[in-house]
Amino acid sequence: MDTRELYQDIILDHGRHPRNFHALAHPTHSAQGHNPLCGDRVTVYLELDGDVIKDVSFEGRGCAISTASASLMTEVLKGKTAATAEELFKDFHARVTGHQHPQPHPSHGLEDELERLEPLTGVKAYPARVKCATLAWHAFEAALKDGNITVKTE
Amino acid sequence: MSATRIQTTAGPGFDPRRIKRDFPIFERNPGLVFLDSAASAQKPAAVIDRVSDFYRSDYANVHRGVYRLSARSSDLYEGARETAAKFLNAASADEIVFVRGATEAINLVAYSWGLNFLKPGDEVLVTELEHHANIVPWQLIRERTGLKLVAAPIDASGGLDLAAFEKKLSAKTKLVAVTHLANATGALLPVEAIVRLAHRAGVKVLVDGCQAAPRLPVDVRALDCDFYVFSGHKTYGPTGIGVLYAKRAILESMPPFQGGGDMIEQVSFEQTTFQHPPHRFEAGTPDISGAIGLARALEYIEELGRDAILAHEEQLTGYGVDRLSRLPGVKLVGAGQRRLGILSLDVQGIHPHDLATVLDQHQVAVRAGHHCAQPLMDRLGLAGTTRASLGIYNDESDIDALAAALTVAQKMFG
Repeated sequence: MDTRELYQDIILDHGRHPRNFHALAHPTHSAQGHNPLCGDRVTVYLELDGDVIKDVSFEGRGCAISTASASLMTEVLKGKTAATAEELFKDFHARVTGHQHPQPHPSHGLEDELERLEPLTGVKAYPARVKCATLAWHAFEAALKDGNITVKTE
Repeated sequence: MSATRIQTTAGPGFDPRRIKRDFPIFERNPGLVFLDSAASAQKPAAVIDRVSDFYRSDYANVHRGVYRLSARSSDLYEGARETAAKFLNAASADEIVFVRGATEAINLVAYSWGLNFLKPGDEVLVTELEHHANIVPWQLIRERTGLKLVAAPIDASGGLDLAAFEKKLSAKTKLVAVTHLANATGALLPVEAIVRLAHRAGVKVLVDGCQAAPRLPVDVRALDCDFYVFSGHKTYGPTGIGVLYAKRAILESMPPFQGGGDMIEQVSFEQTTFQHPPHRFEAGTPDISGAIGLARALEYIEELGRDAILAHEEQLTGYGVDRLSRLPGVKLVGAGQRRLGILSLDVQGIHPHDLATVLDQHQVAVRAGHHCAQPLMDRLGLAGTTRASLGIYNDESDIDALAAALTVAQKMFG
């Protein structure tokens, strides 16, 4: 696999110019993700309104993959319910680790979001980089579950 | 390999292209540009064959059997200890303890010597250039001894600030534990001066020789250090074997680190008396084949000539500094007055892991990250670096390949 397939334009763009790259003024949940392998750190902020993710943002430093993944994550999560977001993470995780179902899950209606995240699935050819793509998502999940803790990818 | 403009790097007789042919990994991975010897070096066929031959011809447990095969195995194992002693110019093979690697060697010193001789308020003085293996063991015994871990700073150029080091030496300092050659940046430390200053203050010195042992001649008697440690796998030997050198009187004063077979004189349920060093510290069946493979690696290094290897590493380091520092956006992380064998790069706008992934696509193997030296990275204000490290099989074409791949990555992320 050529690295251009890993570093597609959308990844390079989001890596250089991450979206929602700031702290939230009034987060209801937040968590830090840390990859001890490379020292990358990301903090994910959530503002939940009931069960709905009203706003989501992140801060931190990381490689192009982890920054782009966090950036794209914030875009697809906004407005989703927590349950839908969890479902999306499960599916995304399966795809980046190369364990996805041959066909997109027909029932959950998240095809657009998964397509948006598709460029990140190039990491499955680079096992050492899978954690870069999932770091922000793990932090998101930890924020959702426990509110304010540090999670590690290992 | 195609004809190139590469000159012999270290005078006649030392030819990295010929040396490369001694390493089967390059035959089986054509085009591999291996610049990660600081993490672990590749193995020459001589080492691979020695380990294999030993298992085929001479293997039995050591120090136990009365039969001839076991005696032969024991002789080879103890012969490996002699080779290691010669490699460091130790006064005696009894000063050589085989361990799993430098990490275990430092832990052995911490748990055996440290727990016994360090009292509350005593200080262990390290530097900001240390690998985690020379930081964490001291922290692990900190609670139990009450020791204080003190770090001597680097100067603006990235070398050890020797004046600041001297100031940190105090009546409370009981051990100086320093790297000989910093794994993250390639800074060569003035260990002779460090030992002199420490000994003048009555302080013992441990030197972490992981990066130095494969690159320059080491003479522990001339250096007069109290402990010297290195890992076999970084000196072109097998994994799982390493060396702790300590002065005989110090080893004699140290209690066992682990208990088991092979390290005892007499065992009863009431009392056990222990072997003399080095066997006191080698409980259980040791890594026999590892020690024998390591000895072959050390012989291989001696055959090439350690002065010639040093000249080669110096020459290639100079070439690398010159070549890479010309690339726009590429900054070499400072290594003080003398850099050897390691080129740590900070490339503007590209995270080390992204860079390493692209370099890998060009068959250039480097290490990216904090290099198990997080305190140093924090001090330098870097999340990590991209590190190219040199070995006896590298030549200018490897640096050129790195530079070319780096330029491609810069275009991609630029």
